[in-house]
Amino acid sequence: MFANGWVQFAILSAILLATVRPVGAYLARVLEGERTWLDPVLRPCERLIYRLCGVNAEREMNWRQYAGALLGFSVVSMLLTYALERLQQLLPLNPQHLAGVSPVLAWNTAASFTTNTNWQFYTPETTMSYLTEMAGLATHNFWSAACGIVVAVALVRGIKRTASRTIGNFWVDMTRTILYVLLPVSIIGALFLVAQGVPQNFNSYTTAHPLQNPAQVQTIAQGPVASQEAIKELGTNGGGFFNANSAHPYENPTPLTNEFEMLLILLIPAGLTYTLGRMTGSPGHGRAVLAAMFILFTASFAVAYWAESQPNPLIHGAQQTATATSPGGNMEGKEVRFGVADSALFATVATDTSTGAVNSMHDSYTPLGGMMPLVNMMLGEVVFGGVGSGLYGMLIFVVLAVFIAGLMVGRTPEYLGKKIESYDVKMAMLYALIFPLIILTFTAISVLTKAGLSSIANPGPHGFTEILYAFTSGAANNGSAFAGLSANNWYNIAMGFDMLMGRFLMMIPVLALAGNLAQKKSVPPSPGTFPVNTPLFTVLLTGVILIVGALTFFPALSLGPILEQLLLHAGKMFS
Amino acid sequence: MEISIMDSSSTLIEQVEMAEHPVEQTSKGQGSPARHSIWRTAILFTLFTGLVLGVGYPLLITGIAHVVFPYQANGSLILKNGQVIGSKLLAQSFTSNRYFHPRPSAVGYDAEGSGGSNLAQTNAALIQRIQGAINKLQARNPGKPVPIDMVTESGSGLDPDITPDNAFYQAPRVAKARGVSVAAIDALIRQHIQGRELGFLGEPRVNVLELNLALNKMGK
Repeated sequence: MFANGWVQFAILSAILLATVRPVGAYLARVLEGERTWLDPVLRPCERLIYRLCGVNAEREMNWRQYAGALLGFSVVSMLLTYALERLQQLLPLNPQHLAGVSPVLAWNTAASFTTNTNWQFYTPETTMSYLTEMAGLATHNFWSAACGIVVAVALVRGIKRTASRTIGNFWVDMTRTILYVLLPVSIIGALFLVAQGVPQNFNSYTTAHPLQNPAQVQTIAQGPVASQEAIKELGTNGGGFFNANSAHPYENPTPLTNEFEMLLILLIPAGLTYTLGRMTGSPGHGRAVLAAMFILFTASFAVAYWAESQPNPLIHGAQQTATATSPGGNMEGKEVRFGVADSALFATVATDTSTGAVNSMHDSYTPLGGMMPLVNMMLGEVVFGGVGSGLYGMLIFVVLAVFIAGLMVGRTPEYLGKKIESYDVKMAMLYALIFPLIILTFTAISVLTKAGLSSIANPGPHGFTEILYAFTSGAANNGSAFAGLSANNWYNIAMGFDMLMGRFLMMIPVLALAGNLAQKKSVPPSPGTFPVNTPLFTVLLTGVILIVGALTFFPALSLGPILEQLLLHAGKMFS
Repeated sequence: MEISIMDSSSTLIEQVEMAEHPVEQTSKGQGSPARHSIWRTAILFTLFTGLVLGVGYPLLITGIAHVVFPYQANGSLILKNGQVIGSKLLAQSFTSNRYFHPRPSAVGYDAEGSGGSNLAQTNAALIQRIQGAINKLQARNPGKPVPIDMVTESGSGLDPDITPDNAFYQAPRVAKARGVSVAAIDALIRQHIQGRELGFLGEPRVNVLELNLALNKMGK
């Protein structure tokens, strides 16, 4: 019962920790342009892409050119997805003859997948053709993941380089990330998922004649699910092929696939901490950052698991405590094969990272259990975080932590040999402030307008939480939902902006910081330098993350989940 | 729209940077940084990698899957006399007393859609639904606490499993309708309990469709 969830947590953590070093070292080799064992096969493909696309792989870019290429590529790829959605009725691989997607929904979805968010205001089974899923959405699962990774690596290069104007070549970084990392792992992952029962076909939907009453036909959705599922997790995307996402038995058929999907999600974000340590020549710093992530990960799981294991005090006459043969706890919106433990663990993993996949319905969680995914996102998606975006978000907090440490001892702060000056702190603060500004502004507008309130599914404080969760999920580029909130024009359009701002307005300060750090000279460490590879630093970093997150969002949380938890235990319900 | 976002933010940063580092401004078109035509490269890169990732990759996986794992790749379908009766992985509706019932579904076991109720724990509609179901079951089985998975809707609406507790709870009803002993039904349930995977993953469970197919094989 209660112990089993912790056994599963411990085993997942142990496997993950064992992968950090090999994955991180491999990522570093790929992104430093070194030889890998896949070179004989992939090097010719890589050169072919450069030739076809007119990329001069030898020339590097400064931060403005890097940012320009990233934005240009994002605009073009977003337009492609928009076009595929709108025109899918005219295109092949649409066996169910689904109609073109409406303009507002196509805008929302294109923004959602371009920004690595994968928020879904639609039921995929009855909205998206197989071609749209594959070429319009799953492609972004690769692209947006690669964009996150290359920005993180550009920042790491900025930290490492001295007196350099350039931070790398965007197209080379993208090509190598996709070819050497994302595609090979996805191929292996997809085949494993098929073996476990995830479908992979282009059949039209199956007509089944159920056992009890063969006349009462059951139509079963099909599709190329496994290929999308693998990159959905690996790229911390989270956009489901089916409405129920990873709760659907076709996306996540067994507890083993559940474990595997969680590992895929964590693989790159955790590995990148080692890449950071290796590329900057300070492996201890990578470990200190990873340790801060693990502290927050463990704490979040502990609260969510405990909350979901509790019986609902308003229900009487049911077996709500765990037995050897029944998981008990809050099973509304959860699957029997996962029970409470695997559901809480998956929710923690998918919201600590910016994945946003769900294997249980967060809207039906207990108030406190549902607050944890929300808090994970509000901390800025830095507990592992999205592929790449987690690392660069975390490095922003590192800059802030070093700055605060510098203030305490009254010295100009240094970070791995770089003086942290006014411009750097401004960029870090810009990053840290844009995030709550977007979330709280959109939430405030929504609760003040009819269009914002009309989509709420649950009465009472929970309805407010649904809105807050949506805009947090969008700006954090997570994509999980309190899915009771229904789509209308306001949410489709506003969330589109919410997601784009949460992605690109935050990436640009990061690249500016990278460019500024790269051109600085290195200063040798002195006795006054605050070391960034000690447990003390881990504690300071964790503290900064919690304080920034808590101070910013505590008032909003107290109006939503905290109030709801208190009212639930006072026996109150809403109708 | 994206372009205006890009423009406004980059000007903002440019201004900040100019104020801070007037000396560091690189004059464009000069020096080492690369000068690509961004739009041309962006379009070509989108098209070529899109073809590889959006068409080539899923086709490759489909090809391999159909050779190596054809049963799984097609959705783990169960056939009876050449007709598909359902998927082993998906719940289907059972209401007769002669069968075990799956968990209640928010989508009516519609496998062309999926999802949960999304009702909050403090929503009166949820509490009334669950309490109503419990009271009904308790009227027929006085004093027996109802396993919670029996009265809660799953996340997918297509959960193929029930807990062993849930199956044992239903055993007397099925035994009576089929005119067999409860012990025989209990024995059948025990044969169909899947323990935790690898001994520690997930929760013990019983697949309802497989159990019901086994019931029919028993005869009566």
